Amino acid sequence: MSSPATAFVSIGDLRKGRQALSAVVADLPDTGGGCGSSGGAGKSSCGSSGGPDDMPAEIWDKVKNHPCYSEEAHHHFARMHVAVAPACNIQCNYCNRKYDCSNESRPGVVSQKLTPEQAVKKVLAVASEIPQMTVLGIAGPGDALANPKKTFDTMRALSEKAPDIKLCLSTNGLALPDQVDEICKYNIDHVTITINMVDPEIGAKIYPWIFYNHRRYTGYEAARILHQRQMLGLEMLTARGVLTKINSVLIPGVNDEHLIEVNREVKKRGAFLHNIMPLISEAEHGTVFGLTGQRGPTAQELKAVQDACMGGANLMRHCRQCRADAVGLLGEDRSEEFTLDKIEAMDIVYDIDKRRAYQAKVEQEREAQHQAKVDALAAAFDQQLLNVDPDMTVLVAVATEGHGKVNLHFGHATEFQIFEVSQSQALFVGHRRVDLYCQGGYGEEEQLPSIVNAINDCHAVLVSKIGACPRDELTAAGIEPVDEYAHEFIEKAALGWFAGYRERVASGAIEHHERGDARIRQGAFSGPTVAAA
Amino acid sequence: MALKIIASTCTGCSACEPECPNVAIREKGGTFVIDPKKCTECEGQFDAPQCVAVCPVDGCIKKA
Repeated sequence: MSSPATAFVSIGDLRKGRQALSAVVADLPDTGGGCGSSGGAGKSSCGSSGGPDDMPAEIWDKVKNHPCYSEEAHHHFARMHVAVAPACNIQCNYCNRKYDCSNESRPGVVSQKLTPEQAVKKVLAVASEIPQMTVLGIAGPGDALANPKKTFDTMRALSEKAPDIKLCLSTNGLALPDQVDEICKYNIDHVTITINMVDPEIGAKIYPWIFYNHRRYTGYEAARILHQRQMLGLEMLTARGVLTKINSVLIPGVNDEHLIEVNREVKKRGAFLHNIMPLISEAEHGTVFGLTGQRGPTAQELKAVQDACMGGANLMRHCRQCRADAVGLLGEDRSEEFTLDKIEAMDIVYDIDKRRAYQAKVEQEREAQHQAKVDALAAAFDQQLLNVDPDMTVLVAVATEGHGKVNLHFGHATEFQIFEVSQSQALFVGHRRVDLYCQGGYGEEEQLPSIVNAINDCHAVLVSKIGACPRDELTAAGIEPVDEYAHEFIEKAALGWFAGYRERVASGAIEHHERGDARIRQGAFSGPTVAAA
Repeated sequence: MALKIIASTCTGCSACEPECPNVAIREKGGTFVIDPKKCTECEGQFDAPQCVAVCPVDGCIKKA
């Protein structure tokens, strides 16, 4: 396959990444590779470039249809989680076991527990209904590997009945070294480990206790054992060629700076992707952190740590922190359509050929889009240097419903994608959930301040359309509403707007100011699912 | 000599069930119960009752 450069990465970055990759892979015993290990110009993130350009073919094959491992794939392919694993073997201060685990599923939302038999039936029902569902994960609500029988019974049945579905699981790592053989037996080729520390002193502030070898351990000792087991498990998975994603919860004042060290340590051990997520913490969740007033990070605090880790393991920026029973594309949840009683009433025909045909079509469409984006960018900008700081970067918020385009009405957005724009590139750096502005055709006045808060660090918001009222208020808040790039590719639109912005600064028409910080929305995603339209 | 699970605080997470060396724990209506005839409080088996050590809710499992 010819390899067009993606919008995010320069050719130079890619070359450097490849060299670094082969160097690292050579160090590891019999790994399946892993572009997460590429050091140096770490911007060639597989997590967000989504292209085949920066990784070996066999790795690309593993991630291309996996929405959690490829930022681009998440617009095209869906995943589901089945809640078969309620038990946990550790206690985290950000988790309240009276609700779901807030690690992989947001707290306060009660899920339906499933037996392995029910889970298998649900997966087959969803896969028949949603042919782009390519990934099945077990993410709790406890720990997948603290429930080994339920987890592996489910995996075994699925590997027989739906062999085309990729299987993955997530774990805190405590039981991982004991389960690596089983993981490999069922072809589970993606494992997520939540690692919040590599220093037990810090771990003791996050984990009050663990249950290990028939004993409850507390304090430093608990964190020390957990750390050792996590590192051992990660090394074992790397040695067996299983792709690993590391989730870290950013807890301001506890592990924020420390996550840079975590990033270095997991990269060294072959982690493919590192996902740094904001702590979700509200008193009503009843977690230790919620009750003690430990706050979550602001948008800029999160971005600062993510940016500091850019040279290490590849960063994932598109995580939606979805629930342990989510169904659908990332950021949407169709689990309500597949409750147990509804599945009972369904006529399930698992047609693997139909699914393959559909996925091939999606793949074609996606390649066409990718190529169109590359062409659009190549033709687009060769801006002359102006009398403006060449290193100036700003953030822009983008309303999109997929296809890589600016194609969503401001009032219909339940999240904005955030791009960091410089003279030469527009880099996806995250997303912000917001409450829907438009409900029933009318703008909700009181929603606007919360949207402004969520994107307050952005200089502009790119939309397909926007009403007069929010337009004025955004302008008053210093965020420029931009609709003249409707239905353009996002990178092209962002670079185009920024070129104009720089011209206006150069001509003295406007003055460039730094923006403030933004607030990360807490709590469960509650808006209707736009992508379903 | 036996322990019991306070049903109102049990989350039904099932963590205790496989840890019991006496197979005294089973599910009943979404939460878990201990069979007092089988429970030994892990005396002579472990340093501490296994169900208490693994339970995520403080005070959920008490002496009957």
